[in-house]
Amino acid sequence: MSPRKTLATSKRVLSQLRHDRRTLALIFIVPPVLLTILKYVFQGEPGVFDGIAPMLLGIFPMIMMFLITSIVTLRERSSGTLHRLMTMPMSKSDFIFGYAIAFCLLGIVQALLSGGVMLGLLRVTVLGGTIPTMIVAVLAAFLGTALGLFTSAFARSEFQAVQFLPAFIFPQLLVCGLFVARAEMARPLQWFADIMPLTYSVDAMKRVTIDPSWTSTLTRDLTVVIGFAIVALILGSATIRRQE
Amino acid sequence: METAVKIKHLSVTLGGHFKALTDINLELPVGKTIGFIGPSGAGKTTLIRGIVGSLGISSGEIRVFDIPAGSAVLRQEVSYMTQELSVYPDLTVTENIKYFITMAGQPSKKSGEIVKNVLELVDMSDKAGSLVSDLSGGQKQRVSLAVALIGAPKLMVLDEPTVGLDPVLREKLWGLFARLADQGTTLIISSHSMDEAGRCDDLVLIRDGRLIAHSSPDALLRSTGTKTVEESFLKLVGDRE
Repeated sequence: MSPRKTLATSKRVLSQLRHDRRTLALIFIVPPVLLTILKYVFQGEPGVFDGIAPMLLGIFPMIMMFLITSIVTLRERSSGTLHRLMTMPMSKSDFIFGYAIAFCLLGIVQALLSGGVMLGLLRVTVLGGTIPTMIVAVLAAFLGTALGLFTSAFARSEFQAVQFLPAFIFPQLLVCGLFVARAEMARPLQWFADIMPLTYSVDAMKRVTIDPSWTSTLTRDLTVVIGFAIVALILGSATIRRQE
Repeated sequence: METAVKIKHLSVTLGGHFKALTDINLELPVGKTIGFIGPSGAGKTTLIRGIVGSLGISSGEIRVFDIPAGSAVLRQEVSYMTQELSVYPDLTVTENIKYFITMAGQPSKKSGEIVKNVLELVDMSDKAGSLVSDLSGGQKQRVSLAVALIGAPKLMVLDEPTVGLDPVLREKLWGLFARLADQGTTLIISSHSMDEAGRCDDLVLIRDGRLIAHSSPDALLRSTGTKTVEESFLKLVGDRE
């Protein structure tokens, strides 16, 4: 793996997005707009919004990065550029980690914007503080990026890649504890939730919301999220083949 | 004569049942323009992909500069222009070439000079700052060719590089290919156009995954007693059937 080639790949991906301003605007503007709409959906019950908004701050970046990464990577896999790159002296890790760095940088900007709107404009109180909230949101975006890079290998078309969102992310969303406490769910669903990364991402955000101090449980949750993301990136590298 | 590519008893089966190539034996010399000529679906791209190492082969052997095709060490020596666009439409011409310069392992200090050189070679200097998506099909094709020229490779494998180009530009590119071959580069150029075959030093005629002939254009015309490569091709196919 070469840091020069990895960073050149990140720079290239960001340059491509720079030329696509509409996509950039959607990445950055949609999550804060959705949070704002939700605030007024729960206008009569402000406590409800204060409880779920931080969780959504972790979920939105993950979903968006998952979608964008899987489609952009699939486009590269099917357009011939990846094929050409694999005949050059470039490692598969340069490619995958180059993408991961680029989308994590986007995730940071997205988390800062959404977090800024949530904490500043919408006045949501997070006891754990601004920086831990941002860290959890950025790691959620990192997880979405890594899962998107991995799952793009199994899609043959952009239509299929989009279908991976309901197939791969929505089940995690249903059991992660956002809608119903996990202890109240059927036992097999609890087991399923225990092995899914989104559970730990949402748990981490819950802890940041209610606990003013950085706890060892928070560290454990974030370690699990990072671990899942790194494994997904390694598996993503393995799915790229130099030979058919 | 030094050999750039040696292929022995190569057979390739795609999708488990389709025989894309059957028992190909070839020795391609260094420093020549070698045309892989045949109709669409003949197996030219499959053979090319075997040579650049992006295709697993069912049986036989391909060696490039006496090293098994696809070996990591060959990635510095072999450049490949695929039939698809294989450059980024949402980057400028310069951004594309600079990225591939880094991926080819060329020093970043020289990237400005390399960009200038390869764009001059394909007559695209005036489009350096344009987005690839804003270019015509032929211009995009030339950007892809410019990428293949990065790093002065010993073997250039170009899959249909002149398709869709206007005759003046095609003439210029064949002049470039001849100059590169004079400097010692080996060029494998696939084409389904028999008109272009006469410009090559060496011809490899392929049909239905089988090698029909391998010789120079003059020797081919002499041996078949025909006046054009197309007539030779038809005669050889007729003789076989």
